[in-house]
Amino acid sequence: MPENPKPQHAAGETPETAPEQTAAAAAVDTAGGAMEPSAVPATAQSGQLPGGPDTVLRKIFTGSGMVSVLAVLLALVIGGLLIASTDKQVAATSTYLFARPADFLAAVWNAATRSYIALFQGSVFNPRGNTAAAQFAPFTETLTIATPLITAGLGVALAFRAGLFNIGAQGQIIMAGILAAWVGFALDLPLGLHLLLVLVAGIIGGAVWGGLVGLLKARTGAHEVILTIMFNYIALYFLRYLLNTPAFQRPGETNPISPILEASAVYPQILGGQFRLHLGFVLAIAATVLVWWLLNRSTVGFEFRAVGANPKAAQTAGINVSRATILVMAIAGGLAGLSGVAQVAGTEKVLTDGVAATYGFDAITVALLGRSTPWGTFAAGLLFGAFRAGAVQMQIQTGTPIDIVLVVQSLIVLFIAAPPLVRAVFGLNPRRKKPARAAKSRRAATTGGAA
Amino acid sequence: MKTSLRAPFKRGSLAGLATISASALLLSACGAAPEAGSGSSAGATDYTGCIVSDSGGFDDQSFNQSSYEGLKKAETDLGIKVNQVESKTNNDFDPNLRAMVSAGCDLTVTVGYLLGDATKAQATANPDSHFAIIDFGYETPISNVKPIIYDTAQAAFMAGYLAAGSTKTGTVATFGGIKIPTVTIFMDGYADGVKYYNEQKGKDVKLLGWNKEAKDGSFTGDFEKQDVGKQLTQNFLDSGADIVMPVAGPVGKGAGAALKEAKAAGKDVKLIWVDSDGYLTAPDYKDIMLSSVMKEMGDAVETVVKEDKDGKFSNTPYVGTLANEGVKLAPFHDFESQVPAELKAELDQISKDIVDGKLKVVSESSPKV
Repeated sequence: MPENPKPQHAAGETPETAPEQTAAAAAVDTAGGAMEPSAVPATAQSGQLPGGPDTVLRKIFTGSGMVSVLAVLLALVIGGLLIASTDKQVAATSTYLFARPADFLAAVWNAATRSYIALFQGSVFNPRGNTAAAQFAPFTETLTIATPLITAGLGVALAFRAGLFNIGAQGQIIMAGILAAWVGFALDLPLGLHLLLVLVAGIIGGAVWGGLVGLLKARTGAHEVILTIMFNYIALYFLRYLLNTPAFQRPGETNPISPILEASAVYPQILGGQFRLHLGFVLAIAATVLVWWLLNRSTVGFEFRAVGANPKAAQTAGINVSRATILVMAIAGGLAGLSGVAQVAGTEKVLTDGVAATYGFDAITVALLGRSTPWGTFAAGLLFGAFRAGAVQMQIQTGTPIDIVLVVQSLIVLFIAAPPLVRAVFGLNPRRKKPARAAKSRRAATTGGAA
Repeated sequence: MKTSLRAPFKRGSLAGLATISASALLLSACGAAPEAGSGSSAGATDYTGCIVSDSGGFDDQSFNQSSYEGLKKAETDLGIKVNQVESKTNNDFDPNLRAMVSAGCDLTVTVGYLLGDATKAQATANPDSHFAIIDFGYETPISNVKPIIYDTAQAAFMAGYLAAGSTKTGTVATFGGIKIPTVTIFMDGYADGVKYYNEQKGKDVKLLGWNKEAKDGSFTGDFEKQDVGKQLTQNFLDSGADIVMPVAGPVGKGAGAALKEAKAAGKDVKLIWVDSDGYLTAPDYKDIMLSSVMKEMGDAVETVVKEDKDGKFSNTPYVGTLANEGVKLAPFHDFESQVPAELKAELDQISKDIVDGKLKVVSESSPKV
């Protein structure tokens, strides 16, 4: 990862300190947003760079890509074993394991592979389709579901690069959804302009909701994790309230579901009517490019990264930390807002209290898996989109509960949070290299202690 | 170094784990292998009935579960094939329905108003497939969708009358999960039942938790948080209520818990369950279960499947009423001896009057058919 801030190395070479203390201080750092000098006494005492890059969260979010890949692999294997353990055939053959072990092993193999083949057929390529279009339909479904995951994931990743743990994507999606949907069903505008306004309304909704968090944090020092969690609740209950008012209900009905968006307000389906894939996916690619450019090529992005690496050093260097905090949260909110628009104008076409589904929280996992890099997040979004799309087929073809996908997703997070575990499983833990050993093992202990 | 200290421990625990699992296998794996080539199940028919849940899932102890059980019953009784798929979020509706149609389902049951749009879209795109939707009706009927809806207010009216006639404190209560028509229809009927009792008997039984005229009352906000239901019920008890009807799916258990505590403290309190006969489905609260307002969704699903299988599908809505026993008041079970014969007779009369149309139960949420 070339864009990693330099102090990474410096941290590895700092003198021995108690790992637990570092971990605790680290948690305080990222959590406390080391903007006020008083917020980081523990770190300062330990002789570590305050707000430095060696924090646990930062490590988890920006660790090596290899661990991500291995974590996914490991999670899939364990998921397969779980599928096998609930399979009737496996249960039946396990009663006579010693009489005929081959039966049992075959049953385990069958259960797991059958489910994963169905998952693949539901998410990438279905060989049973009659036409090429039908065969690749699952892949378009994957892209469709990945769209909101990617954009919301980018929001989380971007904020994290500026040292902010943004778990408010859920609320930002909801606020964006409310505004975008309202513009979509309540206003009557010409084609083109209408969709543009829906898009702008959604981005503004998300940006304001995210920016408010940045503002409160910059002005009052309030913690962004608490702020974003609370803002999620506020957004959800605000949405539920609105859905109980006639203005957001269909005429003559009292169900909490909005009217369907006008045809002029929804994303065009870019591959034709039989696929759900919509323009939002193109925007997601554009957003990924934009975030890449922002982080790696722009002054603002440099400031974000500098603030993320060390807010006090950034301040000393003349960077306006408050401004950067507000701006990065607003942009993150705007990106999550794109997800909200993708929901109401792309797939759902209505506003319900489930408009954000679990995308806001999945986005955190996506950013985590993508190591907070734009293209990593993009790839992770595609992977999770594939899981979600394939789960439907898996459930129908093999009866494997859809929950297994959630288990696999959770296992991925678990393994990413514990890189030493993954390395140990694959025998990758460094043992020979003497010079690297001290730093590595300490780092491992630090991470392990928190995981 | 921490790692070096941890290494032997890790090896030890792995060994232990291996021993445990090995012994577990030993205990369970000693059976004899069966003869090869055991018979497969007999496929009586190639009719496939499918069901798509809303985000509650098939274990929601509410309409998803009842509908699913109805379809499973059809599987046993009619020998059809069954395919089911759960939705985790609202985003899953459309892909799930598409997958069901392409999996060759003859009839697909969808559960709840949230699936209304997705069902309509798939029904329009696949005019040869049949659909049935639970608890939701379309303003303009769709030729291949059969709505299964309930005039629950009729049975809830009886529950209200029963509650008003059984209360010792002169105050009864109800609360809902989310303010949606399928919930408030219970509360409307309940409120009218209490009102009717007061008119007939010149009494002044008070109702807490729902005001039919103002269309406002107490709601827990979802169908999950049992503790909120418990707290609401506690508040009702503190305000003098002794009979509570929770219309909130599993959250009703929260109400049950609060009432059980009150009963343990020596209060004479009762619970009225909804959707299914709570005496059977929530047996923890047997001893306080006065009755239940039942929606026979399982039976309706099975009937619709049977009709479709016999080639008698129609898109005329199935409306569950007291007349066709789609909705009804459950037996009193343990309270059989405590409900006065006079009150039972009055309830029977009310039921007859509603069936005959002499007594009209009107709710804004009633099916408009």
